[in-house]
Amino acid sequence: MTPLLSVRDIRKTYGSHVGCTDVAFDLYPGEVMGIVGESGSGKTTLLNCLAGQLTPDQGQVVFGTREAGPRDTLQMSEPERRMLRRTDWAFVHQHARDGLRMNVSAGGNVGERLMAVGARHYGDIRDSAADWLGRVEISEARIDDRPTTFSGGMQQRLQIARNLVTNPRLVFMDEPTGGLDVSVQARLLDLLRGLVRDMGLSAIIVTHDLAVVRLLADRLMVMKDGHVIETGLTDQVLDDPQEPYTQLLVSSVLQV
Amino acid sequence: MSDYNFAYLDEQTKRMIRRAILKGLAIPGYQVPFASREMPMPYGWGTGGVQVSAATLTPDDTLKVIDQGADDTTNAVSIRKFFERTADVATTSKTAEATVIQTRHRIPEEVLSEDQILVYQVPIPEPLRFLEPRETETRKMHALEEYGLMHVKLYEDIARHGHIATSYAYPVEVQGRYVMDPSPIPKFDNPKMEMAAIQLFGAGREQRIYALPPYTKVVSLDFDDHPFEASKAPHACALCGAEDSYLDEVITDDQGGRMFVCSDTDYCESRRAAGHVGKDAA
Repeated sequence: MTPLLSVRDIRKTYGSHVGCTDVAFDLYPGEVMGIVGESGSGKTTLLNCLAGQLTPDQGQVVFGTREAGPRDTLQMSEPERRMLRRTDWAFVHQHARDGLRMNVSAGGNVGERLMAVGARHYGDIRDSAADWLGRVEISEARIDDRPTTFSGGMQQRLQIARNLVTNPRLVFMDEPTGGLDVSVQARLLDLLRGLVRDMGLSAIIVTHDLAVVRLLADRLMVMKDGHVIETGLTDQVLDDPQEPYTQLLVSSVLQV
Repeated sequence: MSDYNFAYLDEQTKRMIRRAILKGLAIPGYQVPFASREMPMPYGWGTGGVQVSAATLTPDDTLKVIDQGADDTTNAVSIRKFFERTADVATTSKTAEATVIQTRHRIPEEVLSEDQILVYQVPIPEPLRFLEPRETETRKMHALEEYGLMHVKLYEDIARHGHIATSYAYPVEVQGRYVMDPSPIPKFDNPKMEMAAIQLFGAGREQRIYALPPYTKVVSLDFDDHPFEASKAPHACALCGAEDSYLDEVITDDQGGRMFVCSDTDYCESRRAAGHVGKDAA
Protein backbone atom coordinates (compact mmCIF):
# COMPACT_ATOMS: atom_id res chain seq x y z
CA MET A 1 0.00 0.00 0.00
CA THR A 2 1.32 3.46 -0.84
CA PRO A 3 1.22 6.09 1.86
CA LEU A 4 -1.25 8.96 1.45
CA LEU A 5 1.23 11.41 2.89
CA SER A 6 4.90 10.85 3.20
CA VAL A 7 6.98 13.43 5.01
CA ARG A 8 10.75 13.57 4.81
CA ASP A 9 13.27 15.64 6.68
CA ILE A 10 11.12 18.68 7.44
CA ARG A 11 12.90 21.61 9.02
CA LYS A 12 11.61 25.05 9.84
CA THR A 13 13.54 27.68 11.76
CA TYR A 14 12.58 31.13 12.92
CA GLY A 15 15.94 32.90 12.73
CA SER A 16 18.21 30.98 15.09
CA HIS A 17 15.25 29.43 16.88
CA VAL A 18 14.29 25.95 15.68
CA GLY A 19 10.56 25.50 15.03
CA CYS A 20 10.79 21.85 14.13
CA THR A 21 13.52 19.71 12.59
CA ASP A 22 14.24 16.18 11.30
CA VAL A 23 10.61 15.18 11.05
CA ALA A 24 9.82 12.20 8.86
CA PHE A 25 6.86 9.83 8.79
CA ASP A 26 4.37 8.07 6.51
CA LEU A 27 0.63 8.30 6.88
CA TYR A 28 -1.46 5.60 5.25
CA PRO A 29 -5.04 5.96 4.00
CA GLY A 30 -7.56 5.74 6.82
CA GLU A 31 -4.95 6.27 9.48
CA VAL A 32 -5.14 8.90 12.19
CA MET A 33 -1.95 10.24 13.65
CA GLY A 34 -1.68 12.30 16.79
CA ILE A 35 1.09 14.79 17.51
CA VAL A 36 1.46 15.63 21.17
CA GLY A 37 3.89 17.72 23.15
CA GLU A 38 3.94 20.77 25.39
CA SER A 39 3.34 24.34 24.22
CA GLY A 40 6.19 25.59 22.05
CA SER A 41 7.40 22.12 21.11
CA GLY A 42 6.83 22.78 17.40
CA LYS A 43 3.56 20.86 16.91
CA THR A 44 1.67 23.66 15.25
CA THR A 45 4.67 24.76 13.19
CA LEU A 46 4.94 21.22 11.87
CA LEU A 47 1.22 21.03 11.10
CA ASN A 48 1.32 24.35 9.26
CA CYS A 49 4.30 23.17 7.23
CA LEU A 50 2.49 19.99 6.26
CA ALA A 51 -0.74 21.78 5.38
CA GLY A 52 0.98 24.33 3.18
CA GLN A 53 0.29 27.28 5.47
CA LEU A 54 4.01 27.73 6.17
CA THR A 55 6.91 27.01 3.85
CA PRO A 56 9.50 24.78 5.54
CA ASP A 57 13.20 25.55 5.01
CA GLN A 58 13.84 22.07 3.72
CA GLY A 59 12.19 18.70 3.28
CA GLN A 60 9.49 17.00 1.26
CA VAL A 61 5.76 16.59 1.80
CA VAL A 62 4.63 14.01 -0.76
CA PHE A 63 0.86 13.65 -1.07
CA GLY A 64 -0.87 10.95 -3.10
CA THR A 65 -3.06 13.07 -5.36
CA ARG A 66 -6.11 11.60 -7.06
CA GLU A 67 -5.01 12.39 -10.60
CA ALA A 68 -1.23 12.46 -10.71
CA GLY A 69 -0.21 10.04 -7.94
CA PRO A 70 2.42 11.02 -5.34
CA ARG A 71 3.55 14.64 -5.68
CA ASP A 72 5.67 16.87 -3.51
CA THR A 73 3.25 19.60 -2.42
CA LEU A 74 6.11 21.97 -1.68
CA GLN A 75 7.17 21.88 -5.35
CA MET A 76 3.61 22.39 -6.61
CA SER A 77 2.56 25.71 -8.04
CA GLU A 78 0.50 27.86 -5.72
CA PRO A 79 -2.80 27.43 -7.63
CA GLU A 80 -2.42 23.64 -7.44
CA ARG A 81 -1.69 23.78 -3.74
CA ARG A 82 -4.64 26.05 -3.07
CA MET A 83 -6.85 23.75 -5.12
CA LEU A 84 -5.69 20.83 -3.00
CA ARG A 85 -6.50 22.86 0.09
CA ARG A 86 -10.11 23.29 -0.92
CA THR A 87 -10.70 19.78 -2.24
CA ASP A 88 -8.65 16.91 -0.86
CA TRP A 89 -7.41 18.61 2.27
CA ALA A 90 -9.20 20.09 5.20
CA PHE A 91 -7.91 22.20 8.05
CA VAL A 92 -9.74 22.47 11.35
CA HIS A 93 -8.50 25.40 13.39
CA GLN A 94 -8.35 25.55 17.15
CA HIS A 95 -10.49 28.66 17.20
CA ALA A 96 -13.58 28.26 15.05
CA ARG A 97 -13.44 31.99 14.27
CA ASP A 98 -10.22 31.45 12.29
CA GLY A 99 -11.83 28.81 10.14
CA LEU A 100 -15.30 30.29 9.67
CA ARG A 101 -16.65 33.39 8.00
CA MET A 102 -18.44 34.91 10.95
CA ASN A 103 -20.57 37.30 8.88
CA VAL A 104 -21.87 34.60 6.56
CA SER A 105 -24.74 32.22 7.47
CA ALA A 106 -24.05 28.61 8.47
CA GLY A 107 -25.32 27.38 5.11
CA GLY A 108 -23.06 29.82 3.26
CA ASN A 109 -20.11 28.69 5.33
CA VAL A 110 -20.67 25.07 4.46
CA GLY A 111 -21.42 25.89 0.82
CA GLU A 112 -18.33 28.02 0.29
CA ARG A 113 -16.05 25.13 -0.58
CA LEU A 114 -18.62 23.72 -2.98
CA MET A 115 -18.93 27.07 -4.72
CA ALA A 116 -15.15 27.39 -4.77
CA VAL A 117 -14.90 24.21 -6.81
CA GLY A 118 -17.59 25.30 -9.22
CA ALA A 119 -21.02 24.38 -7.80
CA ARG A 120 -23.52 26.82 -9.30
CA HIS A 121 -26.87 25.34 -8.38
CA TYR A 122 -28.35 27.02 -5.32
CA GLY A 123 -30.76 24.19 -4.49
CA ASP A 124 -28.05 21.54 -4.58
CA ILE A 125 -25.64 23.62 -2.50
CA ARG A 126 -28.32 24.23 0.08
CA ASP A 127 -29.29 20.56 0.21
CA SER A 128 -25.75 19.41 0.87
CA ALA A 129 -25.29 22.19 3.44
CA ALA A 130 -28.43 20.99 5.24
CA ASP A 131 -27.25 17.40 5.01
CA TRP A 132 -23.90 18.28 6.51
CA LEU A 133 -25.38 20.37 9.29
CA GLY A 134 -27.43 17.30 10.20
CA ARG A 135 -24.35 15.10 10.22
CA VAL A 136 -22.63 17.38 12.72
CA GLU A 137 -25.78 17.58 14.85
CA ILE A 138 -26.75 21.16 14.10
CA SER A 139 -30.48 21.66 13.59
CA GLU A 140 -31.42 22.43 9.99
CA ALA A 141 -33.56 25.28 11.29
CA ARG A 142 -30.35 27.19 12.00
CA ILE A 143 -29.04 27.02 8.45
CA ASP A 144 -29.57 30.76 7.91
CA ASP A 145 -28.17 31.87 11.27
CA ARG A 146 -24.72 33.35 11.51
CA PRO A 147 -22.00 31.54 13.44
CA THR A 148 -21.83 34.49 15.84
CA THR A 149 -25.11 33.25 17.31
CA PHE A 150 -23.73 29.72 17.83
CA SER A 151 -22.14 28.32 20.98
CA GLY A 152 -18.44 27.40 20.95
CA GLY A 153 -19.13 23.71 20.44
CA MET A 154 -21.56 24.38 17.60
CA GLN A 155 -19.08 26.70 15.92
CA GLN A 156 -16.47 23.98 16.06
CA ARG A 157 -18.90 21.42 14.60
CA LEU A 158 -19.86 23.90 11.88
CA GLN A 159 -16.20 24.32 11.05
CA ILE A 160 -15.88 20.58 10.69
CA ALA A 161 -18.92 20.38 8.41
CA ARG A 162 -17.56 23.22 6.28
CA ASN A 163 -14.29 21.36 5.86
CA LEU A 164 -15.66 17.91 5.15
CA VAL A 165 -18.31 18.92 2.60
CA THR A 166 -16.01 18.31 -0.37
CA ASN A 167 -15.12 14.80 0.89
CA PRO A 168 -11.45 15.46 1.59
CA ARG A 169 -9.08 12.57 2.15
CA LEU A 170 -6.74 14.23 4.62
CA VAL A 171 -7.76 16.39 7.54
CA PHE A 172 -5.38 18.53 9.57
CA MET A 173 -6.64 19.41 13.02
CA ASP A 174 -5.04 21.91 15.34
CA GLU A 175 -6.32 21.39 18.89
CA PRO A 176 -9.87 20.68 17.70
CA THR A 177 -11.20 20.44 21.25
CA GLY A 178 -9.24 23.34 22.76
CA GLY A 179 -11.34 25.85 24.66
CA LEU A 180 -14.41 23.64 24.93
CA ASP A 181 -15.81 22.34 28.19
CA VAL A 182 -15.42 18.63 28.84
CA SER A 183 -18.96 17.46 28.04
CA VAL A 184 -18.91 19.37 24.75
CA GLN A 185 -15.44 17.96 24.09
CA ALA A 186 -16.75 14.45 24.60
CA ARG A 187 -19.57 14.97 22.08
CA LEU A 188 -17.21 16.51 19.57
CA LEU A 189 -14.77 13.62 19.94
CA ASP A 190 -17.60 11.15 19.46
CA LEU A 191 -18.65 12.95 16.32
CA LEU A 192 -15.11 13.16 14.98
CA ARG A 193 -14.50 9.51 15.63
CA GLY A 194 -17.69 8.57 13.79
CA LEU A 195 -16.86 10.78 10.80
CA VAL A 196 -13.30 9.54 10.56
CA ARG A 197 -14.46 5.91 10.60
CA ASP A 198 -17.41 6.41 8.23
CA MET A 199 -15.57 8.43 5.63
CA GLY A 200 -12.29 6.56 5.92
CA LEU A 201 -10.48 9.83 6.52
CA SER A 202 -6.83 10.13 7.23
CA ALA A 203 -6.09 12.77 9.81
CA ILE A 204 -3.25 14.47 11.59
CA ILE A 205 -4.30 15.80 14.96
CA VAL A 206 -2.17 18.20 16.95
CA THR A 207 -3.13 18.43 20.59
CA HIS A 208 -1.77 18.59 24.09
CA ASP A 209 -4.72 16.61 25.38
CA LEU A 210 -3.76 12.97 25.72
CA ALA A 211 -7.37 11.88 26.06
CA VAL A 212 -8.06 13.17 22.56
CA VAL A 213 -5.31 11.09 20.98
CA ARG A 214 -6.21 8.04 23.05
CA LEU A 215 -9.70 8.16 21.54
CA LEU A 216 -8.92 9.20 18.00
CA ALA A 217 -5.37 8.40 17.00
CA ASP A 218 -3.95 5.12 15.75
CA ARG A 219 -0.39 6.31 16.01
CA LEU A 220 1.33 8.90 18.11
CA MET A 221 4.28 11.20 17.71
CA VAL A 222 5.70 12.98 20.76
CA MET A 223 7.53 16.26 20.17
CA LYS A 224 9.84 18.26 22.35
CA ASP A 225 11.89 21.34 21.43
CA GLY A 226 11.23 20.84 17.73
CA HIS A 227 12.33 17.20 17.66
CA VAL A 228 10.28 14.05 17.46
CA ILE A 229 11.41 12.09 20.50
CA GLU A 230 9.10 9.10 20.41
CA THR A 231 6.73 7.46 17.96
CA GLY A 232 4.61 4.35 18.04
CA LEU A 233 1.10 3.00 18.34
CA THR A 234 -0.99 5.20 20.59
CA ASP A 235 -1.69 2.64 23.29
CA GLN A 236 1.90 1.51 23.27
CA VAL A 237 3.28 5.02 23.74
CA LEU A 238 0.76 6.00 26.37
CA ASP A 239 0.89 2.77 28.36
CA ASP A 240 4.59 2.14 28.12
CA PRO A 241 6.40 5.42 27.48
CA GLN A 242 10.14 5.03 26.93
CA GLU A 243 11.48 8.59 26.92
CA PRO A 244 11.67 10.51 30.18
CA TYR A 245 9.71 13.41 28.73
CA THR A 246 6.91 11.13 27.53
CA GLN A 247 6.80 9.50 30.94
CA LEU A 248 6.46 12.94 32.49
CA LEU A 249 3.73 13.86 30.03
CA VAL A 250 1.74 10.71 30.69
CA SER A 251 2.09 10.95 34.44
CA SER A 252 1.06 14.62 34.43
CA VAL A 253 -2.50 13.77 33.47
CA LEU A 254 -4.84 14.11 36.42
CA GLN A 255 -6.76 10.96 37.27
CA VAL A 256 -10.22 11.83 38.46
CA MET B 1 -8.43 79.62 -19.38
CA SER B 2 -4.66 80.12 -19.28
CA ASP B 3 -4.75 79.82 -15.50
CA TYR B 4 -4.97 76.02 -15.71
CA ASN B 5 -3.17 73.43 -17.73
CA PHE B 6 -5.66 71.81 -20.14
CA ALA B 7 -8.14 69.76 -18.08
CA TYR B 8 -6.55 70.78 -14.77
CA LEU B 9 -3.99 67.95 -14.46
CA ASP B 10 -0.39 68.45 -15.60
CA GLU B 11 0.81 66.57 -18.68
CA GLN B 12 2.93 64.06 -16.74
CA THR B 13 0.00 63.06 -14.60
CA LYS B 14 -2.29 62.64 -17.59
CA ARG B 15 0.37 60.54 -19.24
CA MET B 16 0.56 58.31 -16.16
CA ILE B 17 -3.22 57.94 -16.11
CA ARG B 18 -3.36 57.18 -19.85
CA ARG B 19 -0.83 54.43 -19.32
CA ALA B 20 -3.03 52.91 -16.63
CA ILE B 21 -6.03 53.21 -18.94
CA LEU B 22 -4.21 51.47 -21.78
CA LYS B 23 -3.12 48.69 -19.47
CA GLY B 24 -6.70 48.37 -18.22
CA LEU B 25 -7.96 48.12 -21.80
CA ALA B 26 -5.38 45.47 -22.58
CA ILE B 27 -6.52 43.35 -19.61
CA PRO B 28 -10.29 43.86 -19.43
CA GLY B 29 -11.60 43.90 -15.88
CA TYR B 30 -8.17 43.97 -14.22
CA GLN B 31 -7.77 46.72 -11.63
CA VAL B 32 -4.70 48.75 -12.54
CA PRO B 33 -3.19 50.69 -9.62
CA PHE B 34 -2.43 54.32 -10.41
CA ALA B 35 -1.11 57.30 -8.47
CA SER B 36 -4.40 59.07 -7.87
CA ARG B 37 -4.01 62.83 -7.41
CA GLU B 38 -5.65 65.14 -4.95
CA MET B 39 -8.51 66.80 -6.84
CA PRO B 40 -10.33 69.99 -5.89
CA MET B 41 -13.35 68.04 -4.70
CA PRO B 42 -13.96 65.57 -1.89
CA TYR B 43 -13.41 61.83 -2.25
CA GLY B 44 -16.69 60.19 -3.09
CA TRP B 45 -17.64 62.98 -5.49
CA GLY B 46 -16.04 61.32 -8.46
CA THR B 47 -12.33 62.11 -8.14
CA GLY B 48 -11.45 58.90 -9.99
CA GLY B 49 -13.85 59.57 -12.82
CA VAL B 50 -12.68 63.18 -13.10
CA GLN B 51 -9.05 62.13 -13.42
CA VAL B 52 -9.89 59.58 -16.09
CA SER B 53 -11.98 62.17 -17.94
CA ALA B 54 -9.19 64.71 -17.69
CA ALA B 55 -6.72 62.25 -19.19
CA THR B 56 -9.18 61.30 -21.93
CA LEU B 57 -10.47 64.71 -23.02
CA THR B 58 -9.12 66.54 -26.05
CA PRO B 59 -10.02 70.14 -26.93
CA ASP B 60 -12.38 68.89 -29.66
CA ASP B 61 -14.41 66.68 -27.34
CA THR B 62 -17.95 67.30 -26.21
CA LEU B 63 -18.54 66.36 -22.60
CA LYS B 64 -21.70 65.17 -20.91
CA VAL B 65 -21.85 64.51 -17.17
CA ILE B 66 -24.65 62.61 -15.49
CA ASP B 67 -25.35 61.75 -11.89
CA GLN B 68 -27.86 58.91 -11.40
CA GLY B 69 -28.91 59.57 -14.99
CA ALA B 70 -29.65 63.26 -14.45
CA ASP B 71 -27.77 66.15 -16.05
CA ASP B 72 -28.96 68.73 -13.54
CA THR B 73 -27.95 67.40 -10.11
CA THR B 74 -25.20 68.92 -7.99
CA ASN B 75 -22.50 66.40 -8.79
CA ALA B 76 -23.12 66.53 -12.54
CA VAL B 77 -23.36 70.30 -12.66
CA SER B 78 -20.20 70.90 -10.68
CA ILE B 79 -18.09 68.43 -12.65
CA ARG B 80 -19.40 69.83 -15.94
CA LYS B 81 -18.54 73.37 -14.79
CA PHE B 82 -15.13 72.19 -13.66
CA PHE B 83 -14.25 70.99 -17.14
CA GLU B 84 -15.87 74.00 -18.83
CA ARG B 85 -13.54 76.14 -16.79
CA THR B 86 -10.33 74.12 -16.85
CA ALA B 87 -10.52 72.53 -20.30
CA ASP B 88 -12.83 74.91 -22.15
CA VAL B 89 -14.48 71.95 -23.89
CA ALA B 90 -17.98 72.01 -25.29
CA THR B 91 -20.58 70.45 -23.03
CA THR B 92 -23.96 69.02 -23.78
CA SER B 93 -26.78 67.16 -22.12
CA LYS B 94 -27.62 65.25 -25.30
CA THR B 95 -26.28 61.70 -25.11
CA ALA B 96 -25.91 61.37 -28.89
CA GLU B 97 -23.86 64.57 -29.20
CA ALA B 98 -21.35 63.76 -26.46
CA THR B 99 -18.00 62.12 -27.20
CA VAL B 100 -17.02 61.66 -23.56
CA ILE B 101 -19.69 60.92 -20.96
CA GLN B 102 -18.79 60.86 -17.29
CA THR B 103 -21.38 59.01 -15.27
CA ARG B 104 -22.23 58.26 -11.71
CA HIS B 105 -24.36 55.13 -11.16
CA ARG B 106 -26.11 54.89 -14.55
CA ILE B 107 -25.60 53.97 -18.19
CA PRO B 108 -27.58 56.25 -20.54
CA GLU B 109 -30.69 54.69 -22.07
CA GLU B 110 -29.66 55.68 -25.57
CA VAL B 111 -27.39 53.11 -27.23
CA LEU B 112 -23.82 54.40 -27.34
CA SER B 113 -21.67 54.26 -30.45
CA GLU B 114 -18.07 53.38 -31.22
CA ASP B 115 -16.86 56.98 -31.14
CA GLN B 116 -17.98 57.55 -27.57
CA ILE B 117 -16.25 56.95 -24.24
CA LEU B 118 -18.16 56.26 -21.03
CA VAL B 119 -16.29 57.12 -17.82
CA TYR B 120 -17.62 55.69 -14.54
CA GLN B 121 -17.04 56.99 -11.05
CA VAL B 122 -16.27 54.05 -8.78
CA PRO B 123 -16.35 54.13 -4.97
CA ILE B 124 -15.11 50.56 -4.19
CA PRO B 125 -13.49 48.84 -7.17
CA GLU B 126 -12.94 45.50 -5.42
CA PRO B 127 -15.99 43.24 -5.80
CA LEU B 128 -14.68 40.83 -3.15
CA ARG B 129 -13.99 43.51 -0.58
CA PHE B 130 -16.90 43.03 1.81
CA LEU B 131 -16.25 39.29 2.08
CA GLU B 132 -12.47 39.38 2.15
CA PRO B 133 -11.01 42.47 3.78
CA ARG B 134 -7.35 41.66 3.02
CA GLU B 135 -6.07 43.30 -0.17
CA THR B 136 -3.20 40.78 -0.44
CA GLU B 137 -5.72 37.97 -0.39
CA THR B 138 -8.14 39.52 -2.93
CA ARG B 139 -5.28 40.18 -5.34
CA LYS B 140 -4.26 36.57 -5.06
CA MET B 141 -7.83 35.47 -5.63
CA HIS B 142 -8.02 37.55 -8.81
CA ALA B 143 -4.68 36.23 -9.98
CA LEU B 144 -5.67 32.60 -9.42
CA GLU B 145 -9.26 33.09 -10.59
CA GLU B 146 -10.69 31.93 -7.26
CA TYR B 147 -14.11 33.47 -7.41
CA GLY B 148 -16.16 31.04 -5.32
CA LEU B 149 -16.52 33.72 -2.67
CA MET B 150 -18.52 35.94 -5.00
CA HIS B 151 -21.16 33.25 -5.16
CA VAL B 152 -21.20 33.03 -1.36
CA LYS B 153 -22.48 36.60 -1.40
CA LEU B 154 -25.22 35.71 -3.85
CA TYR B 155 -26.01 32.57 -1.82
CA GLU B 156 -26.47 34.73 1.25
CA ASP B 157 -28.84 36.96 -0.68
CA ILE B 158 -31.06 34.08 -1.71
CA ALA B 159 -30.93 32.49 1.76
CA ARG B 160 -32.03 35.73 3.37
CA HIS B 161 -34.42 37.20 0.82
CA GLY B 162 -35.51 34.28 -1.34
CA HIS B 163 -33.99 35.83 -4.46
CA ILE B 164 -30.79 37.63 -5.42
CA ALA B 165 -31.47 40.93 -3.71
CA THR B 166 -28.30 42.68 -4.87
CA SER B 167 -29.82 45.33 -7.09
CA TYR B 168 -26.83 47.54 -7.83
CA ALA B 169 -23.06 47.04 -8.13
CA TYR B 170 -23.98 43.55 -9.32
CA PRO B 171 -20.76 41.57 -9.95
CA VAL B 172 -19.91 40.61 -13.52
CA GLU B 173 -17.41 38.29 -15.14
CA VAL B 174 -15.47 39.96 -17.92
CA GLN B 175 -14.47 38.01 -21.03
CA GLY B 176 -14.45 34.75 -19.06
CA ARG B 177 -11.67 35.92 -16.77
CA TYR B 178 -11.82 38.74 -14.22
CA VAL B 179 -14.73 39.34 -11.89
CA MET B 180 -15.44 43.06 -11.80
CA ASP B 181 -17.54 45.52 -9.85
CA PRO B 182 -19.46 47.51 -12.45
CA SER B 183 -19.66 50.48 -10.01
CA PRO B 184 -23.02 51.06 -8.33
CA ILE B 185 -25.10 51.04 -11.50
CA PRO B 186 -28.50 49.32 -11.14
CA LYS B 187 -28.41 45.73 -12.33
CA PHE B 188 -30.92 46.85 -14.96
CA ASP B 189 -27.91 48.38 -16.73
CA ASN B 190 -25.68 45.28 -16.55
CA PRO B 191 -26.77 43.80 -19.90
CA LYS B 192 -25.98 47.14 -21.56
CA MET B 193 -22.30 46.80 -20.68
CA GLU B 194 -21.67 44.77 -23.82
CA MET B 195 -21.61 47.92 -25.92
CA ALA B 196 -19.84 49.67 -28.77
CA ALA B 197 -18.36 52.46 -26.65
CA ILE B 198 -15.17 52.24 -24.58
CA GLN B 199 -15.93 52.02 -20.86
CA LEU B 200 -13.41 53.34 -18.34
CA PHE B 201 -13.70 53.05 -14.57
CA GLY B 202 -11.87 55.35 -12.17
CA ALA B 203 -11.68 54.95 -8.39
CA GLY B 204 -9.85 57.96 -6.95
CA ARG B 205 -9.67 57.14 -3.28
CA GLU B 206 -8.88 53.47 -3.92
CA GLN B 207 -6.40 54.42 -6.68
CA ARG B 208 -7.57 51.92 -9.26
CA ILE B 209 -8.48 52.18 -12.94
CA TYR B 210 -10.09 49.43 -14.96
CA ALA B 211 -11.66 49.28 -18.37
CA LEU B 212 -13.82 47.42 -20.85
CA PRO B 213 -12.90 47.63 -24.55
CA PRO B 214 -15.83 47.78 -27.02
CA TYR B 215 -17.90 44.61 -27.38
CA THR B 216 -16.26 42.89 -24.42
CA LYS B 217 -18.26 39.94 -23.14
CA VAL B 218 -19.78 40.81 -19.78
CA VAL B 219 -21.72 38.15 -17.87
CA SER B 220 -23.59 38.83 -14.65
CA LEU B 221 -22.91 36.11 -12.08
CA ASP B 222 -25.82 33.93 -11.01
CA PHE B 223 -26.93 30.43 -10.02
CA ASP B 224 -28.35 27.87 -12.43
CA ASP B 225 -31.64 27.81 -10.54
CA HIS B 226 -31.67 31.55 -9.76
CA PRO B 227 -30.70 33.21 -13.04
CA PHE B 228 -29.75 36.86 -13.32
CA GLU B 229 -32.63 39.23 -13.92
CA ALA B 230 -32.33 42.86 -14.96
CA SER B 231 -35.02 44.36 -12.77
CA LYS B 232 -36.78 47.72 -12.76
CA ALA B 233 -39.87 49.23 -11.18
CA PRO B 234 -42.92 47.70 -12.93
CA HIS B 235 -44.31 50.98 -14.21
CA ALA B 236 -44.17 53.31 -17.18
CA CYS B 237 -42.56 56.74 -16.88
CA ALA B 238 -45.19 59.18 -15.59
CA LEU B 239 -43.88 61.97 -17.81
CA CYS B 240 -42.94 60.36 -21.11
CA GLY B 241 -44.68 56.98 -20.91
CA ALA B 242 -41.50 54.99 -21.62
CA GLU B 243 -41.77 51.39 -20.52
CA ASP B 244 -38.21 50.33 -21.30
CA SER B 245 -36.26 52.82 -19.20
CA TYR B 246 -34.96 52.65 -15.63
CA LEU B 247 -37.24 54.60 -13.29
CA ASP B 248 -36.75 56.75 -10.21
CA GLU B 249 -39.45 56.76 -7.59
CA VAL B 250 -40.30 60.32 -6.60
CA ILE B 251 -42.32 61.00 -3.44
CA THR B 252 -44.71 63.83 -4.22
CA ASP B 253 -46.45 64.47 -0.89
CA ASP B 254 -46.76 63.05 2.62
CA GLN B 255 -50.02 61.25 1.79
CA GLY B 256 -48.31 58.36 0.06
CA GLY B 257 -48.32 60.05 -3.34
CA ARG B 258 -45.54 58.98 -5.66
CA MET B 259 -44.61 58.94 -9.30
CA PHE B 260 -42.13 56.97 -11.36
CA VAL B 261 -40.05 58.93 -13.85
CA CYS B 262 -37.11 58.10 -16.10
CA SER B 263 -33.84 58.45 -14.24
CA ASP B 264 -32.17 59.40 -17.55
CA THR B 265 -33.37 63.01 -17.90
CA ASP B 266 -32.08 63.46 -21.43
CA TYR B 267 -33.92 60.36 -22.61
CA CYS B 268 -37.14 61.52 -20.96
CA GLU B 269 -36.89 65.05 -22.38
CA SER B 270 -36.18 63.92 -25.90
CA ARG B 271 -39.11 61.52 -25.76
CA ARG B 272 -41.41 64.27 -24.56
CA ALA B 273 -40.12 66.58 -27.27
CA ALA B 274 -41.03 63.86 -29.77
CA GLY B 275 -44.60 63.94 -28.47
CA HIS B 276 -44.72 60.99 -26.05
CA VAL B 277 -46.91 61.72 -23.06
CA GLY B 278 -47.09 59.85 -19.74
CA LYS B 279 -50.10 59.73 -17.46
CA ASP B 280 -48.92 62.49 -15.09
CA ALA B 281 -47.51 64.88 -17.68
CA ALA B 282 -48.91 68.29 -16.88
